[in-house]
Amino acid sequence: MKKIIAYTNVWTIAPGDTLEVKVSTYGVPRYRADLVRVICGDDDPDRGIYREEEIVAPFSGDYPGRTQIMPAGSHVCVPSSGELKHLKSFTVQVWVFPTTPEKGEQGLVSHWDEDAQRGFALVVDGSGAAALRLGAGAGKVVVVASGKPLALRRWHLVAASWDAATGELAVSQGFAGSPFEADSSSSARGKAAFVAADAGDASLLMAALPLSRSATGQTTRCHFNGKLDRPRLTGRVLSAAEIEALAWDNAPRERERLLVAGWDFSRDIGSTRVADSSFNGLHGHTVNLPSRGVKGFNWSGREQNWRHAPQEYGAIHFHDDDHYDAGWDTDFTYVVPDGLKSGVYAVRLRADDDEWYATFFVRPRRGTATAKLAFLASTVTYMAYANYRWQVHERFAEAAEVFWTTLDRGDAFLQEHPEFGLSTYDHHWDGSGVRYASRLRPVINMAPKTPLWSFNPDTHILGWLEHAGIDYDVITDEDLHHEGVALLERYEAVVTGTHPEYYTTPMWDGLRAYIARGGRLAYLGGNGFIWRCALSDELPGVLELRRAEDGIRYRDEEPGEYYLEFTGEYGGLWRRLGMAPQALVGVGTVAVGFDKSGWYRRTPESFDRRAAFIFEGIGDDEILGDFGILGGGASGSEIDAVDTMLGTPPHTLVVARSEGHSENTYLVPDETGFHHSAMEGTHNPKVRADMTFFETPGGGAVFSVGSIAWGGSLPHDGYENNVARISGNVLRRFLDPRPFAMPE
Amino acid sequence: MYQIDPTRTDLIEEFDRAPGGPHSAELKQVIMRLRTGPMTERFIVVCTRRGREWAVGRMPTERGKPVALVEGVVFDDYDNAARLVFRLRWQAATGQALG
Ligand SMILES: [Fe+2]
Repeated sequence: MKKIIAYTNVWTIAPGDTLEVKVSTYGVPRYRADLVRVICGDDDPDRGIYREEEIVAPFSGDYPGRTQIMPAGSHVCVPSSGELKHLKSFTVQVWVFPTTPEKGEQGLVSHWDEDAQRGFALVVDGSGAAALRLGAGAGKVVVVASGKPLALRRWHLVAASWDAATGELAVSQGFAGSPFEADSSSSARGKAAFVAADAGDASLLMAALPLSRSATGQTTRCHFNGKLDRPRLTGRVLSAAEIEALAWDNAPRERERLLVAGWDFSRDIGSTRVADSSFNGLHGHTVNLPSRGVKGFNWSGREQNWRHAPQEYGAIHFHDDDHYDAGWDTDFTYVVPDGLKSGVYAVRLRADDDEWYATFFVRPRRGTATAKLAFLASTVTYMAYANYRWQVHERFAEAAEVFWTTLDRGDAFLQEHPEFGLSTYDHHWDGSGVRYASRLRPVINMAPKTPLWSFNPDTHILGWLEHAGIDYDVITDEDLHHEGVALLERYEAVVTGTHPEYYTTPMWDGLRAYIARGGRLAYLGGNGFIWRCALSDELPGVLELRRAEDGIRYRDEEPGEYYLEFTGEYGGLWRRLGMAPQALVGVGTVAVGFDKSGWYRRTPESFDRRAAFIFEGIGDDEILGDFGILGGGASGSEIDAVDTMLGTPPHTLVVARSEGHSENTYLVPDETGFHHSAMEGTHNPKVRADMTFFETPGGGAVFSVGSIAWGGSLPHDGYENNVARISGNVLRRFLDPRPFAMPE
Repeated sequence: MYQIDPTRTDLIEEFDRAPGGPHSAELKQVIMRLRTGPMTERFIVVCTRRGREWAVGRMPTERGKPVALVEGVVFDDYDNAARLVFRLRWQAATGQALG
């Protein structure tokens, strides 16, 4: 079992910046920390290519261990205020769309002090019914429940009140689902034999209840799964008609003089801010990234974009397994010194027989380059895959990947620890797709010595660059997102990793401008430049993804919710946005298959003089890459091809084409309008990778292999093979500043 | 839906001879059936030391519960772990114990 885990405040860092290392241990009193440079992270002992270098660092040494808690579960927090403390009679109401009504008690809206047992809490109770709890201290707690479970995934108007004069309590739930379905409306009344007391300085919470103040790490419990819309708090007992009118009113403060708070989730979508539209300004904030820009109780379907009809997108979807920032205390820090070579590094932590690598990327000092080549680390893609658990949740994962589910220690640890958060490939516990993935948490699969997907296979490319003596800087997606083309223009050439799948719009624009202005891009991967995603301007280290419409999406996006909340942009495949990867790098994804890879054969176009530099030292009939770590060949896992309809530049040379693909290698959904039995590699000629090259009028050029498995062939035969030779030929020419010329 | 014929234990022998294939058309059907059952309580391989040591585990019935390891079983060869997973899933799918 895992005994040590950790994360760092940043993944990309420059000399002079401070790395904060945050560690948690399980049952070990001490641990050892050291700095290593990661050269090749593939630790299969039969291959013998693993390489790390210990680097002297001031933090090296022994440290005391301790366990730190990862808080999970999204909610809204509103600081206490005079209005809340002086509340006497009240009505609390909110539209509720429960996605796990039967899971046990779940907080809706509460101002409750758990230690003092004072205040009120509107909840979904253990039977799935709306209930109000009122307390004036230990032994003086009363609950009134509607007695009927809320209907799964249907809207209800839930309200409760307390009359300070009579002691009467009331709770109600009004079904607002389909007229074809049973009505789950219900209400109940009760009486408190005491005068309720306020919850003092406790925060008002939505979608959770507070823990005792003595709890550490996590401050909330009883997280609600589902949507809430238009919560209101009024300082008197409202009639059913008044509750209904207030529930529908966009401007409740104009309707109700005694309105204490009327929260409007349709404002500030894309941020953590929760606005109170009353005169009291009881503004709050979201915690752990619930989903915003989601369909409200009144969504009509006439608009698909939350910006065009914000009043119909006034809900927030909460999940008990949402996450953002673990917020751990820092064990030690490291100021990256000048002179530390740019590269991939890790803080190696060891405790007993267990170890952990907190991996990070050291770039050159800002505004400078220290090599002619940049390795662009796909950190946004690494984030999308962070703590990936699709293979332990998806029934048909073994059919897709053609294997027996094989977990390593890290996977088994994650299975026991849902609080460390899901990846964008996963479903929340309530069945909705995961849209947010953060790096401010321990990420088990962004490290050397992990399975060969996402980060770790990229180190096959690093290992080869080291072997070939090609000097490189490391820069990352997050740097490209923030600095754009200026970051890339310091380099003669940029080389990608094996799978640069997720791109924000600023990343896309930056890379495109770089190529147009004379930059050279070697895309040594597959399934690249596929999904538009977004980074938040407010919150560092988290991406948002909405897998709209099409593509290998692993989960369906909720209809009507295809617009990203961080940017307001339409989400989904770049291809579906009219900006296909073919128009950027010549090729785009056509097929995936994980059992067996193919190889490439040169085409007649490869003998064009323009391509001569690529094939120096390669025989005319030589089979290219019929070996490798991923599926035994250089063309596989996920493969890309040209398509003039999708924008492959017309002067693109297809210099090699793959063959030998398996019956388990299928066209991707975006490549086929209907399913049939000839969609696989032994019957469909579209299942192939195209190796392409084109020049740009600005003197730049792009070389693409269109295959994730390419990098896994580089280490073959001590990094001396025709895949390595072609890669080296391309990079050496790309690093030569002589401009490329467009063909006549 | 394809159903496994529990009397076809010759297919188990075929699998044992070559867990990584190639497999006959009938065995392919069996493997597909065994790979696409429910995720809960599915027998799986657990790699305990990369490239060197494998155990066999069983997925829990819900998220957050640990993977239970089959006691006393450690292999130094992945194929042997796959053989055991195949047999355990065969037994679970057919309801018939194997000797
Ligand atoms: Fe991917």
